[in-house]
Amino acid sequence: MLTIIDYGLGNIQSFQNLYKRFNIETKIAKSEIDLNNATKLILPGVGAFDHAMDLFNSSGMKERVESLVLQNQTPILGVCVGMQILANSSEEGTKTGLGWIPGIVKKFLPSSNPQQKLPLPHMGWNDVIPSIPKNPLFQNFENDSRFYFLHSYFFASAVSEHSSATSEYGIKFSSAIQKDNIYGVQFHPEKSHHYGEQLLKNFAIL
Amino acid sequence: MLRPRIIPCLLLQNEGLVKTQKFSDPKYVGDPLNAVKIFNEKEADELMVIDIDATRLHKNPNIPLLKQLSVESRMPLCYGGGIKTVEQANQIISVGIEKVALSSKAIESPKVVSQIAKEIGSQSIAVVLDIKKKSFSSKYEVWTHNNTQNTKLDPIELSRKFQDLGAGEIIINSIDNDGMMTGLDIPILEKVYSQLTVPMTVMGGIGSYQDIKSAIQKFRYIGIGVGSFFVFKGRYRAVLINYPSIKERDELYVNY
Repeated sequence: MLTIIDYGLGNIQSFQNLYKRFNIETKIAKSEIDLNNATKLILPGVGAFDHAMDLFNSSGMKERVESLVLQNQTPILGVCVGMQILANSSEEGTKTGLGWIPGIVKKFLPSSNPQQKLPLPHMGWNDVIPSIPKNPLFQNFENDSRFYFLHSYFFASAVSEHSSATSEYGIKFSSAIQKDNIYGVQFHPEKSHHYGEQLLKNFAIL
Repeated sequence: MLRPRIIPCLLLQNEGLVKTQKFSDPKYVGDPLNAVKIFNEKEADELMVIDIDATRLHKNPNIPLLKQLSVESRMPLCYGGGIKTVEQANQIISVGIEKVALSSKAIESPKVVSQIAKEIGSQSIAVVLDIKKKSFSSKYEVWTHNNTQNTKLDPIELSRKFQDLGAGEIIINSIDNDGMMTGLDIPILEKVYSQLTVPMTVMGGIGSYQDIKSAIQKFRYIGIGVGSFFVFKGRYRAVLINYPSIKERDELYVNY
């Protein structure tokens, strides 16, 4: 059962609603017992790193999710801040991240080129270029894939092979990452029209 | 490459959608849930929903309606109208709305902006400034409570102040140009834009694709709020919701 982790942040209903449109059954987990038949996990998130870590740590689900992910190899998709907390730490806060994909979350720096003003947060639709070979999340995309971003911090992977797609905003950064069964996307697939629907469907049928 | 955001602005009054001219004369144009469905089909960049009476009539945000809209919407939603407290902002975000927009309360009590930013993140809080040119002057003033109270404050200073307090987006709405479809008020927008590092969204006056294109050429990475132009068609302002296709949007960014 594809299970969406509700630890208090993120657009849980949007994920469930999106999958319902494709007749894919999902379950919302608010406590450990709800994770019992999870075969895939979605970890949403919005807002600040520390706040997300605090809520996830005190959700009563963290240990079980960790065991499913690291021991059972249950596929998990972290979205936005849900992707960022996969890192070791973030410049945004002081809490320790989950560390399931080695890396540090860094802040976008203002553009050094005064001609090229890049407002922060990075807000809006941007291109996402999947790495070659194409990650399973990006199968069946036509030439363009674009998604909605809303963030001021980005995931700097320790290992370049963990970057599964890049986007550009002043610098090139990882807009999607993967290590084994652990996936992360910086953008909001649940609010990215058919592009997001395709990606989330791809995750469901992994 | 990041694209500018072309944002239909839906004005709510008594749970129905209305359109105004210079903030007056609201005309009913349809049902908000239906409008969200239509903009879903058109794959709109994002949506703004503003309850124009909430503050003036001391109403709380209509959370059940917002939940309905958010569950239906396949694009990000920004909601404004009557937000006064951190709790309300939290409630709105937790039903799935991506951003909250404050105006009157932010001006009355600026620290609420920092408090909300701390709670839900700067990227999720916008401040809206409704502006009007002062009579017999080249200066602009910020108005609140649906164009009924003049704060006499300068939008350039105020936008900078809210940015410093943690607002992740500044939305400048021209009362003079609202609903007129005769173009944006570019000079004041330029002045505000030049001193912001957060994204700016401009609203009030868009009447053609050329207006949208000009704004993009001038400002590049901005949000362009569009009301009447996406809702009315023709000389007699028949209600017909429209929005540029992805291909048409890509053409607006050419020479970008």
